[in-house]
Amino acid sequence: MIRQIMALIVKEMLAVLRDAKSRMVLIGPPLIQLLVFGYAATFDLNHVPVAIYDQDPSQASRELVAQFLGAPTFRLVAMLRSPSRIDELIDSRQVQLVLVIDRRFTRDLLTGPPAPLQAIVDGRNSNTALLIEGYANTILNDFSLSWSAAHGRPAPPAVLDMRARFNPTLRSRWFIVPGIVALLTQVVTLLVVGLSVAREREAGTFDQLLVTPMRPIDILLGKGLPGLLIGLFEASVIIAAAVLWFKVPLRGGLLPLYLGLVLFVTAVTGIGLAISALAATQQQALLGAFLFMVPSIILSGFATPIANMPVWVQDLTLINPMRYFLAIVRSVFLEEASVDALAGQYWPMALIAVASLATAGWLFRKRVT
Amino acid sequence: MPAGSPTGHAPQPALSLADVRHTFRAGKRVLTALDGITAEAARGAVTGLIGPDGAGKTTLMRLIAGLLRIDAGRIEVLGIDVARNPLAVQARLGYMPQRFGLYEDLSVAENLDLYADLQGVPRGERTTRYAELLRMTGLASFTARMAGRLSGGMKQKLGLACTLVHPPDLLLLDEPTVGVDPVSRRELWQIIDHLTREAHMTVVFSTAYLDEAERCDSVLLIHEGRLLGHGKPGQFTAEMAGRSFFATASLGRRRLQARLAQAPGVIDAVIQGSRVRVVRAEATPPVAAGLVAEAPDLVLIPTPPRFEDSFVARLRALDTTPAPPPSATVALPPTTPQMPSGDVIAIAHLTRRFGTFVAVDDVSFTVARGEIFGLLGANGAGKSTTFRMLCGLLPPSAGTLRVAGFDLRTAAAPARGRIGYMAQKFSLYGDLSVAQNLRFFSSAYRLRGARQRARIAWAETEFELGARRDATARDLPLGFKQRLALACALMHEPEILFLDEPTSGVDPLARREFWRRINALAEAGVTVLVTTHFMEEAEYCDRLVIMAQGKVLAAGEPEAIKRAARTEARPDPTMEDAFIAVIGSPRQPAHAA
Repeated sequence: MIRQIMALIVKEMLAVLRDAKSRMVLIGPPLIQLLVFGYAATFDLNHVPVAIYDQDPSQASRELVAQFLGAPTFRLVAMLRSPSRIDELIDSRQVQLVLVIDRRFTRDLLTGPPAPLQAIVDGRNSNTALLIEGYANTILNDFSLSWSAAHGRPAPPAVLDMRARFNPTLRSRWFIVPGIVALLTQVVTLLVVGLSVAREREAGTFDQLLVTPMRPIDILLGKGLPGLLIGLFEASVIIAAAVLWFKVPLRGGLLPLYLGLVLFVTAVTGIGLAISALAATQQQALLGAFLFMVPSIILSGFATPIANMPVWVQDLTLINPMRYFLAIVRSVFLEEASVDALAGQYWPMALIAVASLATAGWLFRKRVT
Repeated sequence: MPAGSPTGHAPQPALSLADVRHTFRAGKRVLTALDGITAEAARGAVTGLIGPDGAGKTTLMRLIAGLLRIDAGRIEVLGIDVARNPLAVQARLGYMPQRFGLYEDLSVAENLDLYADLQGVPRGERTTRYAELLRMTGLASFTARMAGRLSGGMKQKLGLACTLVHPPDLLLLDEPTVGVDPVSRRELWQIIDHLTREAHMTVVFSTAYLDEAERCDSVLLIHEGRLLGHGKPGQFTAEMAGRSFFATASLGRRRLQARLAQAPGVIDAVIQGSRVRVVRAEATPPVAAGLVAEAPDLVLIPTPPRFEDSFVARLRALDTTPAPPPSATVALPPTTPQMPSGDVIAIAHLTRRFGTFVAVDDVSFTVARGEIFGLLGANGAGKSTTFRMLCGLLPPSAGTLRVAGFDLRTAAAPARGRIGYMAQKFSLYGDLSVAQNLRFFSSAYRLRGARQRARIAWAETEFELGARRDATARDLPLGFKQRLALACALMHEPEILFLDEPTSGVDPLARREFWRRINALAEAGVTVLVTTHFMEEAEYCDRLVIMAQGKVLAAGEPEAIKRAARTEARPDPTMEDAFIAVIGSPRQPAHAA
């Protein structure tokens, strides 16, 4: 039994690794995706184009403008002399923010604060607009504080001083790159496992396999384990790249990370095998894999927090293995989480793994016999 | 004007090929697909491109249609140089590739409409054209049916109708009869005859079935990219006059065949029914004396030559290597001799339903040890469902089924350990090397240690695979793929060997070599079950059943089945004639074994 399964595993690995093209498929696209995601997927705003309409050219307004443009966040596109172009600039997406400094700015600053300022923001992307508003508020806050100190004014009665634990500079890369470990591991494992049976069905070798004395469960194991190994390997490559290339700190130990990884890859392998059992062709298998993959990514908290979702959707995420592994990988990377602390994430994944493997086995028997 | 006119003035040929060469590059390897073909096809005639799979037939078709750029040489279609002006050629020819692009989710009529739109057939002409095509193909009562729900033969006819919506001057048909049941095959030929005789169309037709050569006006025999012969089919057979005989003797026919194959002056010996068909190197009187020492009562009866005889003779002339070593003829896998004789496979009232559809309907037969037994039927006849039940892959809905002494309902896995299976088209792991394939299949059959090594060594010597052990299976020549597939199926010395269309599309010499091995296995007591839609393979069987729509329509020895189809008009029917007679008049299997 064991020897037959071993033979099947060796065969699967050889089939993947002997062919230069399929070797490339395993290594090339995931690395490209890692680079694309690592660099492109960021919540940080940089070089937001702004226009400034300064109706009160003065010492104070120059200071304020300098603070705005001093940060890499904003990039000056135009200094306006009249309000006539404001609409046009925003409508044509040349700028995302127009800062209007009122004629009474300096006067009110010196005599009767608050001094009037207006920010006109492009609201078509609400997320970006909120971020711009936040940045602008922070800069203005700093300006108010330093102005008060320099001019012997009383400080504002209450000031918020924010400190971010785990990610002091709030770099979104630290949040996203560990998520990519979960994302790409799922994609690769699902494709390797999901397509393996369909490929043999198309080539006609699956019948050949079925008429050997191997039982369906042997074939299932022989097909699942190579996917597991490849998934683990893929995840290790991405973890290494996250640490060595993207310099995301890996604060926790490898044990809690890999315990979660093994459970996660097992659960995904079970889902891949179930898709494999149902699909007659590679095309169907591919479709099935994506049908699972897209909702699973959205419902994992990869991009949008699960806590923000409606309650019934939150309940739906409970059967999504990626949700748990995402929590684990982020906790281990940033929080130095231990196995104990993550127990609540491990056992649901173990349950899902058992359920998905059992379903795959049942479907397999049903389809084969 | 169309041919058929007197040959007083030589009309311009519809197609002329001058030293056509084409190579493909696959990675570092260079494959020569066509190696200097020079030939012509007359107008208004059917020209057959005949050759086994991989001969270069499809490449030649695609070059003629201007779909591939020619490497060297020149092709002229209706006087136009294809390489210079492919669009002008394409406007005048119709091409039906092997897998014609029917839209399975569209009805017959919608498919016709689509191709009429694509080929710009004016709306006003369509009604009459469709009526003519539908009458010709017999599809008139199926216009509303989805193309996906047509039978294989009907799909081919619809494909042909779609190709013909705009009548071409030259029609290229790439293997239209492959995998099609014999009745539809005959109907396709009637359509082709009609097209050339009545509509004066020129047809170029490719096939791997050698018996179709005789239906062509002219034949190009192609093998491994070279032209082995070009002429009227009668010329091919005329060369072989006086050289073919039926041999009978009291010696077992398999033994007789094996001895005759090595007899001096014999270039071909194949089993046909209870007799052995022999082709000699030269025309000789039917003197049998001294041909086979073991068979003093050998009798030779002259028989008319076939197209295949001339193909074999030409291949033998090419093949400079001597005939296969005698050892290989009798070399057998060590089988377990202690097995009792008797019925190895016994099925009774076997039925399998899928919902309301009855795929296999009350099938009963038994197969004795050492017998070669055939399941003959078109695609969809229930052969593979029966086969899957015999392997224990599919539980029967009703009936009993015993294989190698095991009841498959209770002991499928141990029964499978006694079965060797060779899938259609030699399904191997293409990415793995020869040695890795052997190692994998031997492990899958639970061989280990010294025995595993011994069996792999046996396979490498017996099938001459040793020199190619590190070659990737995908890159092997067809003949070696077939050997490797058979070796993999025999790793565990099975008592029963299942073969799924083992030699369709293979060249005649490779087919003979394959059946030589199978015969030797059967002589040694291995039971062989062959499922096929290929009439010729049925001739190799000791007994067979003909299946259609899940039922056994006839059972018995090939000779008996053929005899039952004998009529005054057809005193010596072929297996195909017998098949059509049986399908046409379904009757109870009176003498079912």
